Amino acid sequence: MSNIVNLENVHKSFGSLNVLKGVSFQVKKGQVVAIIGRSGSGKSTALRCINRLEVIDSGLIEVCGRRVSDPLIDLRGLRRDVGIVFQSYNLFPHLTVQENITLAPRAAKGKSRAEALELARIVLRQVGLADKAQAYPEQLSGGQQQRVAIARSLAMEPQVMLFDEVTSALDPQLTGEVLKVIEELAAGGMTMVLVTHEMAFARKVADVVIFMHEGRIWETGTGDMLLNPQTAELQQFVDNGL
Amino acid sequence: MNNEFNLNHLYFLMQGVGWTVILSLMAFAGGGLLGFGVALARISRSRTLRWLALAYVQLVQGTPLLILMFLSYFGLSIMGLSLPAIVAAGLSMTIYVSAYIGEIWRGCIEAVPKTQWEAAECLALTRTQRLFMVILPQALRIATPPTVGFMVQIVKNTSLASVVGFVELARAGQIINNSLFEPFVVYMLVAGLYFLLCFPLSWWARKLENRLLAGRKPEPELKKGIGNVQYCES
Repeated sequence: MSNIVNLENVHKSFGSLNVLKGVSFQVKKGQVVAIIGRSGSGKSTALRCINRLEVIDSGLIEVCGRRVSDPLIDLRGLRRDVGIVFQSYNLFPHLTVQENITLAPRAAKGKSRAEALELARIVLRQVGLADKAQAYPEQLSGGQQQRVAIARSLAMEPQVMLFDEVTSALDPQLTGEVLKVIEELAAGGMTMVLVTHEMAFARKVADVVIFMHEGRIWETGTGDMLLNPQTAELQQFVDNGL
Repeated sequence: MNNEFNLNHLYFLMQGVGWTVILSLMAFAGGGLLGFGVALARISRSRTLRWLALAYVQLVQGTPLLILMFLSYFGLSIMGLSLPAIVAAGLSMTIYVSAYIGEIWRGCIEAVPKTQWEAAECLALTRTQRLFMVILPQALRIATPPTVGFMVQIVKNTSLASVVGFVELARAGQIINNSLFEPFVVYMLVAGLYFLLCFPLSWWARKLENRLLAGRKPEPELKKGIGNVQYCES
């Protein structure tokens, strides 16, 4: 089974609001899947269900061979396998960049201090911030903070990484440096699911693009489907967004 | 000739100051320890524990400290447990402080953004690790000014220990006044001494608060969704 992520007929509602109305998709090892859609289309919720930040009402989710929908799931095991980067970075403000990165490998994976420091050096080089190890998050720009958040997630050596609108809080100039890092990760073979508004970027790096609308998957295809939408909704979305 | 305020009286008052400080420290240490437990219980995942902690807080906050003092000194002695005044006073202060400081600290813990819990959770940290490595260090920063501010209340409220015969500053003043009958002079002096104890604390609390406010940078505005495009003016 080369599916790292498998969603089958996933339903999720918040109160009376049906956010996901039967969502199914698969992510294979090494694949990059981009989920696009209007706000409120359920794309972020779908992403958050993958690492059980949201618990689904019905359907099936499997990640790295774990059944996420099972209430008895080993949550920490799941979180070791699945990295996530948020729109608002969510770095720990009381810790330096290096401490942000080494905290979880040491506390959750039992790495020694030396191992964790070595990991931090590697991932910081990967995101181009090797010189910022001793800085505090508030001393960094938004783009730098987001790259640290990516590095922090990478240090857990996840099987798959989730990106939840990671450039939405950034200026256009800063967006580029973050996208570059994600692109390099894609080239390096990392399995990724991106929820994004950067359609040009989605077209460029994603193997599969999923367009969600009103809690359903409306269209699926390669990046080129954005050039030739089959549905009026995607056409409208593309027209508004580009 | 004995009816004038002299150095012996001042010495007696200073001893009172000493006991006030000792009782305040007892109250802060005991109340802080118990209050930390109350704060943790208030945010616990166990509904029973949360409910018990809330009931405790409501009960203590709804009881005058004076009554707590009476209960632990006279009440317990009737039940056969007769405590020295300082222990009874320390016990009541501990209970009183724990309910208030527990609530202050709970508020500070809850003031740490939920997204910090979430980020820590996504890094596979256990709940205890999340709490102690991520949340509490940030809550501590938020908690320092109101905690120091509350210490002023502790110092002032130790004066109620005089009702169980504990000779702290207020009681010492009372005793001196009983022999001199110079209420204005004596109590002005007592008030002045309380002020000298409390003012540095208030000043420190305000300073900490300013520093905290200065250190807080405005949150980056999150742009949500493509629907509300930020350049669109029409």
